Amino acid sequence: MSGVLRHRLVWPVLALVLLLLLNQGFRSDFLVVRLQDGHLYGSLIDILRNGAPTLLIALGMTLVIASRGIDLSVGAVAAIAGAVSCTYIYNSDNPGSFSTAASAVALAVAAGLVLGAWNGLLVSVIGIQPIIATLVLMTAGRGLAQLVTDGQIISVSNEPFHAIGSGFFLTLPISILIAAGAFAGAALLTRRTALGTLIESVGINPVASRLSGLSARRILWIVYIFSGFCAAAAGLMISSNVTAADANNAGLFIEMDAILAVVIGGTSLAGGRYSLVGTLVGALIIQTLTTTVYTLGIPPEVTLVFKALVVILVCLLQSPKARTLLRQRRRRVPVLPETKAAV
Amino acid sequence: MGTTSPVVEMHGITVAFPGVKALDGVDFRLFPGEVHALMGENGAGKSTLIKALTGVYRTDGGSITVAGRPRQFATPSAAQEAGISTVYQEVNLCPNLTVEENILLGREPRRFGHIRWKEVRKTARAVLAQLQLGHIDPGSVLSTHSIAIQQLVAIARAVQVDAKVLVLDEPTSSLDADEVQQLFGVVRALRDRGVAVLFVSHFLEQVYELSDRMTVLRNGALLGEYLTADLPRMDLIKKMIGKDLEVLEELDRGDTRTAGSAQDAEPVLQAENLGRKGSVENITVSIGPGQILGLAGLLGSGRTETARLLFGADHADQGTLRIRGTERSLRSPRAAIDQGIGFSSENRKEEGLVADLSVRDNMVLALQARKGWLRKVPRQVQDQLADKFIEALDIRPANKDALIRDLSGGNQQKVLLARWLITDPALLILDEPTRGIDIGAKTQIQMHISALADQGMSIVFISAELEEVLRLSDRIAVLKDRRMVADLPNQGVSMEDVMTIIAGTGE
Repeated sequence: MSGVLRHRLVWPVLALVLLLLLNQGFRSDFLVVRLQDGHLYGSLIDILRNGAPTLLIALGMTLVIASRGIDLSVGAVAAIAGAVSCTYIYNSDNPGSFSTAASAVALAVAAGLVLGAWNGLLVSVIGIQPIIATLVLMTAGRGLAQLVTDGQIISVSNEPFHAIGSGFFLTLPISILIAAGAFAGAALLTRRTALGTLIESVGINPVASRLSGLSARRILWIVYIFSGFCAAAAGLMISSNVTAADANNAGLFIEMDAILAVVIGGTSLAGGRYSLVGTLVGALIIQTLTTTVYTLGIPPEVTLVFKALVVILVCLLQSPKARTLLRQRRRRVPVLPETKAAV
Repeated sequence: MGTTSPVVEMHGITVAFPGVKALDGVDFRLFPGEVHALMGENGAGKSTLIKALTGVYRTDGGSITVAGRPRQFATPSAAQEAGISTVYQEVNLCPNLTVEENILLGREPRRFGHIRWKEVRKTARAVLAQLQLGHIDPGSVLSTHSIAIQQLVAIARAVQVDAKVLVLDEPTSSLDADEVQQLFGVVRALRDRGVAVLFVSHFLEQVYELSDRMTVLRNGALLGEYLTADLPRMDLIKKMIGKDLEVLEELDRGDTRTAGSAQDAEPVLQAENLGRKGSVENITVSIGPGQILGLAGLLGSGRTETARLLFGADHADQGTLRIRGTERSLRSPRAAIDQGIGFSSENRKEEGLVADLSVRDNMVLALQARKGWLRKVPRQVQDQLADKFIEALDIRPANKDALIRDLSGGNQQKVLLARWLITDPALLILDEPTRGIDIGAKTQIQMHISALADQGMSIVFISAELEEVLRLSDRIAVLKDRRMVADLPNQGVSMEDVMTIIAGTGE
């Protein structure tokens, strides 16, 4: 089991290591992590911190994809979460206090849960295809966020709220700790309970799962609500980092990065077996790519092409077909001299 | 036949899957102008050998020679180009296209990129006529024909490419006796034209009727190649099954069950005029504890639909259903499971297996579903259950971590049976639990069913094989044209009696 898993993750991990080494080659202090004023600093820490929102969303996305679904609305949900929290703080009587920040966070998380439940309703009860069902919220959600903010960019000044995205705890950025907590939470939630196996079962064969007495409906609700929760947490991080809510641009295209992270991590879009560790590696690859682009000084107009090339490479290396081809190559090499000798 | 050289020669073929060695150094020869039967239990490696030959699987060792040339086909189409055509158990054609389109799909005669339809019609007619199928209109839509005709069209498609080798994998499993004869006529005609036919079937009678030679496999190894005329049936069965002679005796014992063992007890399940619009009607049955109710009827008579109603997989909109005396309306399989009912579908692949999960995960699925996702069955308990049922049902390979899709059909069926036995149901509905399974596994499953009933479990047993229904059941409900037409205790009932019921009244 662990052997298979390791095998599945060989290429993504290799790609990540290569990317990091490439950066190290260009900037000799790249892999250095310094302790300064009780805080850890360095490119590696930056990658982890900047990648935290994508990782959070990708975690939720992993479970959704494992259930044969997809959640396109995560970016919009993140924007709504940011809008709700910032607008609440902005309008409160005591905009700087801890209790205001706590209420704002609670509101944003509640919004995420409700929106996730909405997606779950459309997919599991009404039976709309996931890609269409979540497309509804993907487009409508940004409108909702604009309604909340009245079309303005809402800037707030609240220290506890600001700490979510840019504070430190025990030398580490708080956002990293939140992402790590979410990762551990997702792993415990799916593997300590039977949820993981049941999600895979529904994703692999929904008909057989139903006939075995599985309530696919409940499973789907759970994964979409979890995805909504992750998106809200990511939205909080994003808006806290810039201490403002931008309904139009917060979490824009983050659903694509999240889906990519899942796919790079080896979870098939066809549903079924998933790997949270794979998703973690996938999210790190994507963030490292962005960092690499800056390190190498790649001009902005070719940035996307560069990213695309790396992503294509990793995905190709993961496809079963490419792997069999590679294996044949390896097998054929020692055979060749023999056949020559025979001739 | 010794004078001609074989058209296919496979030597030392080895195919391995993770945790399973499906074939281990198997030799196989196929001569032109013969029907060669590949025999063996489920899991013996028949399908694997065929797939190794036709390029579906890659071999891990050994050589394949076709028409004197060493070959290794990377894809089924490469094998087809080399003259090896395969017709599988399930018809792999497009039901929404016409017969001629299906026969020539992908190789239509063209001019300037446009299909020459007149030429298509002419070629299709010629191919059909060659196979004595001239009565089939090449312009008719495939789905309007019976499965048998569709099977024959699949063969027509296979031989249209001028096949030197025709592989027939269980071609008769959904055909009736007349249709089988029609198919055999076609196969014989092809053989006489020099085509080498590789034939796989679980029906011994058919194998003896049709084949000239046979190769017997067991557990992925070659047992030998024999002329059919030289190998008596009993010897063949012994070779296929190996040690289990007592299993054969069990087979011959016939009527092992007596009717109405517990008629006074309160019925576990009672259906009265149960039905569903567009599905089945008029289902009135009563099943007591420890009773086996057999559902008999032809293909399409409504056996599966009845099972689905009793399990709540489809919701009944007519009649009443009582479980232990209380009226219930089963709205979902889950509701039925909560009432202690289990259902193993006839469609193993689509409705039973969760292919990418392990044997253990598949086994505990129904139990886990009943407990809910929060109360995980502890890993230790899962392992104990899996080990217990792997041993009790003789599941091979005895590896609970193997993916279920790598198991043979018979062993997959046993895992699915275990899935329900683990939930300890009061009533188990088994729809075709022995279909596509060899004699050994079949007998094992029959004995398990009988033993379960003796322990007090009620069972609804569905099978296309009347003989099997008669042997196992306490009562027999006969279905015809999606209605229940008779319900009789199994006392001195013969196959003729049931067939008379099916054939009689109303027609």
